[in-house]
Amino acid sequence: MIRIKNLCKVFKSNKVAVDDLSFDVNDGEIFGLLGKNGAGKTTTIRMLTLQTRPTSGEIIFEGAADDLAVKKMIGVVPQHINFDQDLTVGENMELHARLHHLNRQEQRQRIHELLEYIELGNVVNDDVRSLSGGMKRRLLIVRALIHRPHILFLDEPTVALDPQVRRKIWQLIKQLKAQGVTIVITTHYIEEAEQLCDRTAFLSRGKLIALDSPANLCRLNNAANLEDVFIRLIEDDKID
Amino acid sequence: MIRLIEDICTVFWRDWIVLKRRLTKFILSRMVAPILYLVAFGYGLGRSISVEGGTYIDFLVPGILALNSMNISFNSITPVHAERVYHKSLEEYILAPIAPAAFVIGKVLAAMLRSFISSALILVLAMLFGASLQPLSSPVAMVTFLLVLLINSAIFAGLGFIAAMRINTYEEMSQVNTYILLPMSFLCGTFFKTSTLPDTVRFVIELLPLTHTSYLLRGLGTGNEVSVSSIVVLMIYLAIVLSMSLRAFNRVE
Repeated sequence: MIRIKNLCKVFKSNKVAVDDLSFDVNDGEIFGLLGKNGAGKTTTIRMLTLQTRPTSGEIIFEGAADDLAVKKMIGVVPQHINFDQDLTVGENMELHARLHHLNRQEQRQRIHELLEYIELGNVVNDDVRSLSGGMKRRLLIVRALIHRPHILFLDEPTVALDPQVRRKIWQLIKQLKAQGVTIVITTHYIEEAEQLCDRTAFLSRGKLIALDSPANLCRLNNAANLEDVFIRLIEDDKID
Repeated sequence: MIRLIEDICTVFWRDWIVLKRRLTKFILSRMVAPILYLVAFGYGLGRSISVEGGTYIDFLVPGILALNSMNISFNSITPVHAERVYHKSLEEYILAPIAPAAFVIGKVLAAMLRSFISSALILVLAMLFGASLQPLSSPVAMVTFLLVLLINSAIFAGLGFIAAMRINTYEEMSQVNTYILLPMSFLCGTFFKTSTLPDTVRFVIELLPLTHTSYLLRGLGTGNEVSVSSIVVLMIYLAIVLSMSLRAFNRVE
């Protein structure tokens, strides 16, 4: 379980990105973070993945004694493509495996099976820059899985992808959940959250404005779908 | 400790495979500046100059080695800036369960390797240009000579690392070259003795690490005794720069 208590992030410019956020993420669930652009989703993910220090508040990963232990148990798929541009597809995967201390045999086996799984086994020696957008996204996800993380953070994993690739990625996420991986996902595709998430948190201007299962959110807000919930919550929060 | 060494090796491995792929280009490009220095200042201008009874090229070679190891090690590590600011690939290391020191040391060692290859090239070129190299005549002098070169490259690799972690634009990165490295290249006892400078300028110049490297390499290169205090100064610089590098990496967000 991840426990987030009174989490705040104020940037040097005095912009409040995250404002007193508190919630829990349960083991084995897919937890969605929704909100408009600039709502604080990415900043929250960056704090949860130890890439940005909170201004105040606490993040507790059950079963992890320190930052290194947290880093061992999490996998992170960033919003942007962040491969090493000087390495091939296989070398990027190997770098990740080495950094997570897999032995040689495990490295080879894991890289092979993951690349085959996403049908990229034939590009292992290719320049990572030569891949298409969809290929890069899929590769980004499996790279984060090399060390078998217990918790996977996905920041806008399907942004700018065509529907076919998006469906493939959804399928992959559902399979990971079936394997017991806890997943925290940010998205502003409401349909994506509806399809995948067990629970969804809505953020607005860094604050948590709603948190429940998609079905409960629809029922409580008397809405037909999550998109209506989103619009209603945004209107209630008097944004735009 | 074993884990730390393993992680340093991983960071170094990444830079090594990139270097290996471009080794020929790297070697050829590293030969251009030293050849120009040797031709212009050693062979051309230097023919009519004698320093302390010796040839100018013998005086010049340690200076070229010092400034070259500074430039190569600094510029070898600056791609980390693009990895942080543009490609964001630095995040892989920030997210990995490795000690921050492993990343800093691995990167510095990789830059030192590039600097070492480049220095070896200069020594070969210098011999072809007729320079006599005293440090090669005694094992102790040779090891000390090599050690000074390595310490110098570690200092400037560390400085490059700090710049790569703190500076946000390419333009500002190139300004470090223009305002810091370029003046040091010419003023820190590389092409002429610092004793010829006005006292105030000389005082400042003699505080800088490259001056101590030039002095040490020249002393060892001409078979003269060198002052241990210059080695101590370089070690102090190295300790400060490495601890600042570590601090800068820890602060990256």
